[in-house]
Amino acid sequence: MLLEQTISTRGTEPAPETFVLNLGPQHPATHGVLRLKLTMDGEYILRGEPVPGYIHRMHEKMGENRTYAQFLPNTSRIDYLAAMHYTHALVALVERAAGIEVPPRAEYVRVITSELNRISSHLVWFGAYLLDLGGFTPLLYAFDDREKILDLLEAITGARLTYGYYRFGGLANDVDAAFVEGTRAFVTYMQPRLDLYRKLVTDNIILRKRLEDIGPISAEMCRRYGASGPVLRGAGVACDVRRTEPYSVYPSLDFAVPVFPEGDCLARYRVRMEEMAQSLRIIDQALTQLPEGPIQAKVPRVIKLPPGEYYSAVEAARGRFAIRVVSDGKDIPYRVKLRTPSFANLTLFEEASQGMMLPDALALLGSLDLVIPDIDR
Amino acid sequence: MNVPEPYRLLLYLVGTLAFVGLNAAYLVWVERKGAARFQRRPGPTEVGPAGLLQPIADALKLLSKQVLVPPEADRLLFRLAPLLVLMPALMCLATIPFSAALGARDLNLGLVMVFAFGSINVLAIMLGGWASRNKYSIISAARIVSQNVAYEIPMLLVVITLLMVTGTMNLREIVEQQAGGFWHWHILRLTANPLMPVTFLIFFICLLAETNRAPFDMAEAESELVAGAFTEYAGMSFGVFFMAEYANVLVGCSLATVLFFGGWQSPVGVGSGLLWFLLKLYLLIFLVVWVRWTFPRTQFYRLLNLSWTLLIPVSLGILLLTAGLLKVF
Repeated sequence: MLLEQTISTRGTEPAPETFVLNLGPQHPATHGVLRLKLTMDGEYILRGEPVPGYIHRMHEKMGENRTYAQFLPNTSRIDYLAAMHYTHALVALVERAAGIEVPPRAEYVRVITSELNRISSHLVWFGAYLLDLGGFTPLLYAFDDREKILDLLEAITGARLTYGYYRFGGLANDVDAAFVEGTRAFVTYMQPRLDLYRKLVTDNIILRKRLEDIGPISAEMCRRYGASGPVLRGAGVACDVRRTEPYSVYPSLDFAVPVFPEGDCLARYRVRMEEMAQSLRIIDQALTQLPEGPIQAKVPRVIKLPPGEYYSAVEAARGRFAIRVVSDGKDIPYRVKLRTPSFANLTLFEEASQGMMLPDALALLGSLDLVIPDIDR
Repeated sequence: MNVPEPYRLLLYLVGTLAFVGLNAAYLVWVERKGAARFQRRPGPTEVGPAGLLQPIADALKLLSKQVLVPPEADRLLFRLAPLLVLMPALMCLATIPFSAALGARDLNLGLVMVFAFGSINVLAIMLGGWASRNKYSIISAARIVSQNVAYEIPMLLVVITLLMVTGTMNLREIVEQQAGGFWHWHILRLTANPLMPVTFLIFFICLLAETNRAPFDMAEAESELVAGAFTEYAGMSFGVFFMAEYANVLVGCSLATVLFFGGWQSPVGVGSGLLWFLLKLYLLIFLVVWVRWTFPRTQFYRLLNLSWTLLIPVSLGILLLTAGLLKVF
């Protein structure tokens, strides 16, 4: 009540009692070089203005100065925690535009590795989010599990973070029996771990109280800001690119899109926890259906897309990632536009954080699961 | 012990300084090792066997660092705060009886003195936060004051409840009342107050809040306020704050041992002595460490709500209940 009065009488104009708190670019809660300019009245946030741009690397401009194959490594470095999905968007775009038929085995391996990457990305979020909330121990457990995924992916891709594993028309390497076995073992290992996290962390009363009804984001607000991914599904909208604009072999796999209608931090938390379980289901099915055969289609040495506009979207770990390419028929794209989920999700912070207290605002910020290079790209 | 007064004073000074210094250093080691075990990692291993020399290496590093004072800060208060935060903890230990023979001062108002000096700690942290002229520190200072005001009340109510049972504020006498087996300890004196374990629980929660330990570490809250009141402190002046945190945990747990767990009394009635006191003390300290590495932090306003809507009414109820029972029987 008191707070509402404070805001309505003062608006967002800085009054003498307010002060500006500069949160970041170096701050433990921003997980990177994001800066928040908070106009505060005591611990209440009157205005929380995100100031991105500290790690801008001009990925779009770089894309306009090199061939499609040369741009491929960049896609791993936009959201470094979900590199597979981003590479997937670019290869899918080029394959569709150039009419390249991808062998089924390659598509299944892409799905398996993408979902492994989704789990590892959500595990990082899980650990880091609990760290934001002052719980130190889950981080180590989550990284322990993530390590298993990284080891699996390292064995087939040669990298632990920036994989660059997908190629136009296929994959860089085939997977071997050891990978299939290891992934199966991981699926059986991970399911009880998720139960453990539910018992130890999700059902903890302090965590519940910290997340329930905190930072409500409505579906209408998501629409205005273009939020996607777990933020949107945590607001009750069953929107998942894997379902709404199917790509790869997702249509032949059975999985649920977890939706929680509450729109608070807990809903977003539970969407991600549930998504890990669904990813395990997808991996399990894909491993069973994994066909034999080639992993690489025949691709021209120099890829030139016919003149026109191309668009391709994937469901990345943080939401909808899309690439739009305008080609003028040369081997170098005329225009590359990257639509990154973290940027759209960040933009709603200013509205959502208004009138919140500092610890709650940081819980909200963490629940958006931002990766800073994904904002700045 | 019949030691002449000046020597007794000197012994006390050296003794508590050594005890607090050693404990503060090695509780850091215990905390790091404990945290590591909870997180399935080895913790410090490199410096000395099982990392036992790590605290000494840390202290040397902190000592060799320059003590920086921010140009905007209030120099005097900024320098004074670390001193003020450590000294009360040393004073409190003066009244704690470690065993029947070992205790610096046998004060009739021992309990009052512990709480009187214990409260200075809060003022000192507030002073540090305020003198830093840092926005994070000032938020932290404001938090710590309201937090401690909210938690001293239930803590003192609990202690008053206990005082009515014991009838004395002399800590030595309180321990002597609990002689002869664990069923004589205050935590199990259900005849005087059937809610005694709840009383201890309230005391323990308040202890965590008073010493700014997780899940109530609002003043530090590193993911919110960076390091809160200690943000601007570097080198050993930060080290002193760090030591003071453990010294306060030490005092709080000693007090809990004395008030609820029979101090140096043996749980079976025979063989009482210093070892039992230390055992109980370190078990309680382990509990404090355990809580920190298990639970996430609560929000600040929820912490205050917990105090004003739950702890204070319950402890007031217990107070009335105990008073009634004492009157009837």
